[in-house]
Parts: sequence; structure tokens; C-alpha cells
Amino acid sequence: MSILAITLSAGSLLSGAAATELQGPVMGTPGAGGNFLTRLLEWLGPPQAVPTWAIALTSVLLGVAILVTMVSLIAMWSVWMERKVSGHMQCRFGPMYAGGWHGWAQTIADGVKLLLKEDLIPKGADRALFWIAPAIVLAGIFGALAALPLSYDWYFARMDLGVFTILALGSTTTIGVVMAGWASNSKWSLYGAMREAAQVIAYEIPLGISLLCPLMTLGTFSLIDASREQATLFGWDCGLGWAVFTNPFNIAAFVIFWIAALAETKRAPFDLPEAESELVAGFMTEYSGIRWSFFFMEEYAAMFLMSVVGAVFFFGGFETPLTALMRASGSDGTLLYSLVCFGTLVLKGFAGVFLMMWLRWTLPRVRIDQVMTMGYKYLTPLALLCVLLTATWEFARHLVMG
Amino acid sequence: MSNTHLQRAFYTLLALATLAAMARGLAVAGAQGLLFHGFAALTLGGAAMCIWERSVVRSAFSLMATFVGVAGLFLLLGNDFLAMAQILIYVGGVLALLLFGVMLTPPDLDERSLPRIGGATALLGAGVAFIISKVVGVGVRTWAVAPKLPEPTTRARDIGMAFLHPEQYVVAFELAAFLLTVALVAAVYIARRRRVDFQGETASSEGQA
Repeated sequence: MSILAITLSAGSLLSGAAATELQGPVMGTPGAGGNFLTRLLEWLGPPQAVPTWAIALTSVLLGVAILVTMVSLIAMWSVWMERKVSGHMQCRFGPMYAGGWHGWAQTIADGVKLLLKEDLIPKGADRALFWIAPAIVLAGIFGALAALPLSYDWYFARMDLGVFTILALGSTTTIGVVMAGWASNSKWSLYGAMREAAQVIAYEIPLGISLLCPLMTLGTFSLIDASREQATLFGWDCGLGWAVFTNPFNIAAFVIFWIAALAETKRAPFDLPEAESELVAGFMTEYSGIRWSFFFMEEYAAMFLMSVVGAVFFFGGFETPLTALMRASGSDGTLLYSLVCFGTLVLKGFAGVFLMMWLRWTLPRVRIDQVMTMGYKYLTPLALLCVLLTATWEFARHLVMG
Repeated sequence: MSNTHLQRAFYTLLALATLAAMARGLAVAGAQGLLFHGFAALTLGGAAMCIWERSVVRSAFSLMATFVGVAGLFLLLGNDFLAMAQILIYVGGVLALLLFGVMLTPPDLDERSLPRIGGATALLGAGVAFIISKVVGVGVRTWAVAPKLPEPTTRARDIGMAFLHPEQYVVAFELAAFLLTVALVAAVYIARRRRVDFQGETASSEGQA
């Protein structure tokens, strides 16, 4: 267990937390970009009383600690929420006893149970790959979360290529899932892994293309700049200049984005890699205990991440009328303002997670050939059409409004 | 010497070489050297594992280390875009596709034997000795200094303009697009089933019935 934890930190160190830029809020000019790693090294460069390796080690460990806490909290809350949502949709209550109030401590109890469970490795499994697969899955999602700004001035790294980084690092979790499926040496796991590989490759294309529409409307890849861009609606600072309001084709793009995001995060109706009724539990059939729960932590963190990306690029990010009001009353830049922005983002993110749960308990699972047909034959051409129409609209808007 | 012993010896050697390289990097250039040597070791180690591993799937998985290492080197050179494109295209796309094909092979660790083990070991030994001699090489070597390169940009707008600027990458960009389109059309043409194929199938199934 402790060895796995070390692997995990090493993995996240490579992809994610090495990307952390823990010099506090850096007040750079908007859109100035800058490479987080070179800037971290620049910052570490001048000789100080403390040896540089100690600073580097501390900052990396701190970054890992923050990210682990974030992922655990998201997973804990989402699992409880999923139980409550599914319960109420099926005319029952879900967990009611653990902890007292509406079973709020159910997930904590589950976590303790999972930590104490026996950690099995099947006899025929490829031990090394079986052991490292959950670490790779988590490392990918840690890396993607490290690129996520939590408020206008709360972030690990200020990147001009924010959403590109998130999509790139998020796509590495596929390799972990495929590895888990193959290393288990079980046909159910292998089927799950094959489906995952096919599905993710098919849906990465419409996901990326549909995101191009709001990117064209807002003119930036950076999540912070995209939020800031959406504060003004036709020159009026009301916090409602969301991409879906300024360009109608972004609504269509969002529908495509959302379908592709469901497929990317392996959520129903696209949960073919783990289809319980067909493949036992798909790629995680042979996993048990805390290692099994790592896959679920990744799934819920990925759901939250996708929702946040959708919220930032289609639905205004940190911006609501409340933030506009706060700016108007001059409390811009205070801690309260940062907190409000953070709360807005979290609320919007969990609204997206709720939508995903709602869809899961509403729609039946689709077949694998239907998944492929939809991805390649319908969503990709539609997304391309959306890009064309959005570009036309933006061109016309620039002609009219100058 | 059995396969397990060979495996153990190889991985111990690899780990030791990595640690030596990283220590050397830390001693020479601080955190930057540590990261550079770490990423270089990841790149080379992944490539060595890819050749060494007898299981095809494990070889394919070890390529991930190489790709991530190269992305890390791009990051150190100050080019976020190239690093993230490397991860998105190679790890997220090419490797997943490669695994998709390779994964259908049985998980048999002895499927690729090492026929010329002596020669391979000698070559590997020579290579490792060379690397170690470089790593622990005494004396300060003076390296040739390259002329100062222009500051790399990480701004999306500049990268986009560079792709479409007639004096920069527009020809390469359009040629790559053309190449990919040709490859796509060719793939569709090869994978397409003609009407003749369907007719033959119907005839044979009728014949069996």
C-alpha cells in the first residue's frame, strides 16, 4: 500500500505536480502566458539560505497534497450525491443512517472499508502492470487538475494553453485503463479495455472540435481569460456575457461537447468499458480494495473536470451577476471576491455533475456499434458544421459591431 | 541464467543508471539538471525497455515513458505547446491506437525469445559502460555553445499566426493536412467492403445451407 502511494506520488510528480507553480498568486499581465516549469526553475534559481532541492521537494509535496485532497473531496461528495440522486429518481431515499443527517458519512465509512479490504492480485495477472495501472490513471487526472484555475487568483500555473493542457493530460488516463484491462488477464477486463480505447479515440475528435466554437467566440485557450472575456455582454459588465448567449451556435456545440464528454468519462449511456450487466465490471473486474476505488476517484474527478471545462467555456466560468455586482461595488481583488468566484465555479461544476447523473439514471446504455456510429458519422460532421457556422457568426458580428 | 534473473539484472541496471544520471544532474546544474537528467533517463529507459521486453504489450506500454520523457524535455526547453501536443497526440492517440491492435496478442511473457543473447548483452554492456563513463567522467568538459535561440512562445495566438504565416510554417502545415487527408482516404478505401464481397458472402452461406 505504501509502495503504491510512492508510485502514485512519483507518477503525479512527473505529469502533474511538477507543473505546479507554487509562488503564490502571480500577477502577470492577462494572456502573458509563461511556462510554469521554466518559471518555477527561474524562481528556484537564485541561491538562498534554503537549498533549492528542499524548496523543490516541499513545493512538489505540497502540490501533491493539495491535489490528493481535492480529488478525495470531489470523489467523496460525488459518490454521496450519486447515491442520493439515484435513490430519489427511483422513489427511495438512498443512504440515510451513517453519520446522522441523510447519511452524509456513508462515503467516509466506505473509504475506511475499502482501505481495510484485502488487496488481491490474480494469479495469472501481469503483476507490474496491474500494480502501476491505477497510479497512471490517477497521475493523468492529477496533471489535468493542476492546470485548472480555482479562482481568478488561485491557481497552480497560469497557462495560456490551459484547456489544451487539460485535454492532453486528461487523455492519458485511457492508457491506464487499457493497461488495467490487459494486465488483469481476464476476458471481461480485456473487453472493457478494448471498448475504452475505441470509444475514447472516437470521441476525442468531436470533443476537441466542439470546444473550438467557444474558443473562437472568446479568442483564448486560457480558462482565466475565457472567464474574464465572458463578463461583458455587448459592452455591459453584467456577468452574463456567456458564450452561449453571445453566439447561438455555441448551444449546439455544447450539446455535442456534452455527449462527447460523457463518452470520455465513461459515464452512462456510454459506460461500455465497465458495463456491469455485460462485463461484470469491465476493466476493473479483478481489482479490489483501495486500488479499485482509485478508478472511481478518477471517474468522479474527470466528471467534475469536464463539467468545469464546459462551465468555463460555455457558461461564463467565474462570472455571474453576483460577481459583476461585487466588481461594481469595488470589492474586486479581495479575498471574498476570490471565494465567490471559487464558489461559483464549484457550483457550476457540480451542476454539470448532477446533469451527468440525471442522464445516467434516465438513459439506457447504447451498443458499441451505436457508440462508434454516433461518434464518427454524426457528431464529428456536426461539430465541424458548428465550427463553420460559429466562425460565420463571429465574422458577421465583427463586421456589424466593428 | 533464467529469464527472471535476466529481467531482474536489466531492471536493476536501468534503475541504477537512472539514479546515477539524476544525481549527476543535481550535482552539475541543480533542480534544472535533475529534471533534465530525469526526463532523459525516462526517454532512454523507456526505449531500452521497449526493445528488451519480450511481451509486445509491455513494449508498447513502455513507449509511454519515452513519450512522456520527450514531452518533459520540451517543457524544459520552454515550449508548452509542443509538450502538450506530444502528450495529446502520442500518448492519448497513437499509443492508444497501437495498444488497441497489439492488445489482442496473448499475455505470454516468453513469446519473443532472445536468440542472440550473447551479442545483445555485449552491446548493452558496452552501451551502459559508455554511459557510465560519461556520467562519472572526471574533469570539467567544455561544451560548444549554440547561438542564442529566439525566445519560444507559449501564447496560443502567436502559435496560430505562425502556422498560417507565409514566411513561417504554412507550407509544412498544409502539407501535413494534405498527407493526413490522403492517409484517411486510403484507409477508408482499404477498409471498405465492395458489393462483390457481400455477394460472395451470401452465395457461400447459401451453399452451406
